[in-house]
Order: sequence, then C-alpha cells, then structure tokens
Amino acid sequence: MRYSALSILRNALSGNRGWKPAWREPDPKPHYDVIIVGGGGHGLATAYYLAKEYGITNVAVLEKGYIGSGNVGRNTTIIRSNYILEGNEPFYEFSLKLWEGLEQDFNFNAMVSQRGIVNLFHDDSGRDHYARRGNAMMIHGVEAALLNREQVKALVPYLNYDHARFPIMGALYQKRAGTVRHDAVAWGYARGADSRGVDIIQNCEVTGIRRDASGRVTGVETSRGFIGCNKLGLAAAGNTSTVGRMAGLELPIESHVLQAFVSEGLKPAVHHVLTYGGGHFYISQSDKGGLVFGASLDYFPSYAQRGNLATVEETIEEGVSLIPGLSRARVLRSWGGVMDMSMDGSPIIDRTPIDNLYLNCGWCYGGFKATPASGFTFAHLLAKGESHEVSRFMRLDRFARGYAIDEAGKGPQPNLH
Amino acid sequence: MASLITCPHCGTRPKEEFAIKGDASRTRPSPAASAEEWQKFVYIRDNPKGRNIEYWHHVLGCRRWLVVDRDTLTHEVFAVTDAAEHALGRAEGAR
Repeated sequence: MRYSALSILRNALSGNRGWKPAWREPDPKPHYDVIIVGGGGHGLATAYYLAKEYGITNVAVLEKGYIGSGNVGRNTTIIRSNYILEGNEPFYEFSLKLWEGLEQDFNFNAMVSQRGIVNLFHDDSGRDHYARRGNAMMIHGVEAALLNREQVKALVPYLNYDHARFPIMGALYQKRAGTVRHDAVAWGYARGADSRGVDIIQNCEVTGIRRDASGRVTGVETSRGFIGCNKLGLAAAGNTSTVGRMAGLELPIESHVLQAFVSEGLKPAVHHVLTYGGGHFYISQSDKGGLVFGASLDYFPSYAQRGNLATVEETIEEGVSLIPGLSRARVLRSWGGVMDMSMDGSPIIDRTPIDNLYLNCGWCYGGFKATPASGFTFAHLLAKGESHEVSRFMRLDRFARGYAIDEAGKGPQPNLH
Repeated sequence: MASLITCPHCGTRPKEEFAIKGDASRTRPSPAASAEEWQKFVYIRDNPKGRNIEYWHHVLGCRRWLVVDRDTLTHEVFAVTDAAEHALGRAEGAR
C-alpha cells in the first residue's frame, strides 16, 4: 500500500481496519542470490538499493533480534557531511543528498529535518581547524560557513559565551545538516525492500559461515537452519569481529560502547545540532521535545550495550558547561550501543580475500548519517563486484597499503577516533 | 564493573584516573620482522567477546602501566598486574 494523505483519510473513514503490516514475516527460502547479515539501517538499506537500483530481489536480510534493535535505534540521529578527506567527504555528501530525497524515494515519513549543525570553536587553533574543514568541504562542492562570535550569538543565544576556559569564538556551520527520526529509517527501508520482494527474517542468528572445498562461501548456518547464497554481505557493525571470525577473517576492528541520553520533553529550545569544541559533547532536540545528547566512548573495549557512570557524569558536565540551562533539565533515559571502532576512524566497504564474502563495517560512531550511502554503495559492490565511485577509498587492505583514511589524525588507536 | 580498578600500587581507584591503551595480547615483532607481521601487530585485533587483557596506564596515580584482565561483555575485572611483571611472567612462560 502506498502511504499518502489520501490513504490516511480513506483508512480513517473505515475505522483504520485496512492498514496492513509494513513488511511480511517470511520463512527463509533454501537459497538466495544475496544474503545480508544484519537487519540494522545499513543492512536494510543495502537490501533496498539492491532491489531498487540494481534489480536484485532474491535477497534475504538476516537479523538476530528484531529489525532496528541495534545501533540504528541507539544513535543521536545526526546527519551531516562536514568531513575533510577525499576518501570521506564525497561519500558523506552523497549520503546527505540521498537523505534529502529519501522520504519521497521510499514513501515513508522519516522526519528528515535540515536544521543545521553548529560546530563551536573556542580558540585560534580551533578556528584554523574549522576554516580548513570548511574549505575542504567547499572544494568538494559542499556549502559551509565560518561564523564569528556575533553570528553564533544571533543563532544560538543561550550558550555560555564567556566560559573562563572555553569561551565561544565562533563556529563552522553546515546549514543542510540536521536530524532524522532513526526508527523510521529502519522501518522505511524494511518496508521498501520487502515490497520489492526482499525477505526480512528476524530472530534468525547466524552461527556459522559455510564454505566449499575451494574456500568459497556457499551459505550460512543460522538458528533457523542452513540458508544457501551466492553472495554474502556482512553488515553486522558492533559484532563484525564475531561474525567475521566465522569465516576466519582477521579485522582491524575493536568493539567499544558509546552512550547516548535523552531528557524529558521540553518546549522547543535547541533549534540546531550543536557540537562543543571544548569536549566531545553534541546535542539536538527531537520533535517530541527531548534533548538528545552524547559525548565520548567509555574508552575500554566492550560488547555490552550499557556503559559506565563516569562517562555519564562527564557527558553531563560538558553539557552544562556549554549550556548552563541544561542543569535544570532531567535525564529521562540513557543507553549504550556497540561500535565497530576501526583503526583509522573510517569504515570499510569492500570485498574480502574470501570468494563471495563482502564486508560493510567499521562505522565507529558515525554510522547513522552514512546509512543511505552505505546501503547504496554496498549494494553497488554486491551487484557489480567493484567499489562505487564514492566508497572506493574504503578498502579493507588500505592499512597494509598505507592508505588509512585518518580524518582526526589519531593513528591506529581505535578508542581515540 | 570496570568503574573501579584495583591498582597493585595504589589500591582501588576510579576508572577516570586511567588512560586505556587496549589489547595487551599481542607481542611486538622484532624490528627486522616482515611488513606483513608489523601490519598485523599495528592494525589487526582479536576483539574477543568475553575475556580480554588490556594495557591501562595509571596516569593520575602511580603512572605505571598495568595489565587489566577483564570481560568485554560483563565488564567484570579478574586481575590487575603491573605491566613489567606481566611481561616477565610471559617471558617465563615462553621459556
């Protein structure tokens, strides 16, 4: 069923008895052309674009829990394309363009809201860095503006401008950045993929990867039995190492926990996405009114979807230091998600040394904004066997070749990216 | 939980006093080792779900490097040893 104002009206008149589930719950078939492991945003987007853009519809998405139970429902919903490096910026800009047309494309209200991102700086070196970043964006044809203190004040008057240690001197501003309702992204892609014939199989955990005598992948063992496939795509970020080990892959990935928080619902107060240059704090306000915010990793390797109180304290201290009024808001919930931290802070979308096995991983804590482009380019790779133009730098062997995409310049230390 | 770490020199201290380097299971290759061996040492991680040994630096305490044996799923800490003792123990084991 196509969703429209008319469909809402028609269903309202018939007592809303005509709505159908947004996707089927099929039993797995014995064999698929493509199996995608992981029914999160990236896995579902991959299936959607495989079916829609590349005409491959004999596809299954296997999810160990329910779709959207992982990081696509655990992030702070920010979208942006303010990167520096050649390997990143065109990719994220492609993603932002897909976000801009997404709701019309998959006929689902994902509440894409381009409210702008304000990256604050507090010293001269911060200004230099953001000037460079803005210039790098403009070289790639992406609009950016460097705001001075007065311009930031006009935009966001409620900050602590005269902080003794981190006075606000200005900001890098990307107007087209914003937020998206993250659950709707999973649901929209799932519905779009399902309506094109993709089987979304929930509560189906992959327990092994079967390979033939020549080493080529022939299918997966799951909690619902063996399922054969021609090509296998892994999109299991957070658990990439665990799934990869089933095929003997050695990966440049370390799993870490990142926490996020939401306050009680408040009247509209924060109209943009703000990031603090004095710490790692970022905040936006959801359409429901909750302030959604977060900061750094807990720093120790972790597979637990919950974090440490010390990080909660630090996050909230940073927030109050930037927005004094935040001390009056009450935190409603906090949660943790497991991140694939890669060795250079950038993702991997590539073939593996094993035939028929393809890899999408290493999203660190920037995976949400990448969802459409990640799905699109991974679908391209699965369909054509070669990298998409914008993801061509995101190769698995780039570390061995000396072509790391180290946006932050931190070196091979995963908890610092 | 990994909120409190019992430093063998300073006693039980909050996590915020430590800087975490990570995986302590790998052995540094010899300077003459192949590029492939070095590449593995620098970039590849086992990343186990479960028991893991890690280097933690007691930056705001004794400034000693420690090896913390903990679980990445439950966050339970099993043992904390001084990194020098850990290395000696490992050298003994290898002999």
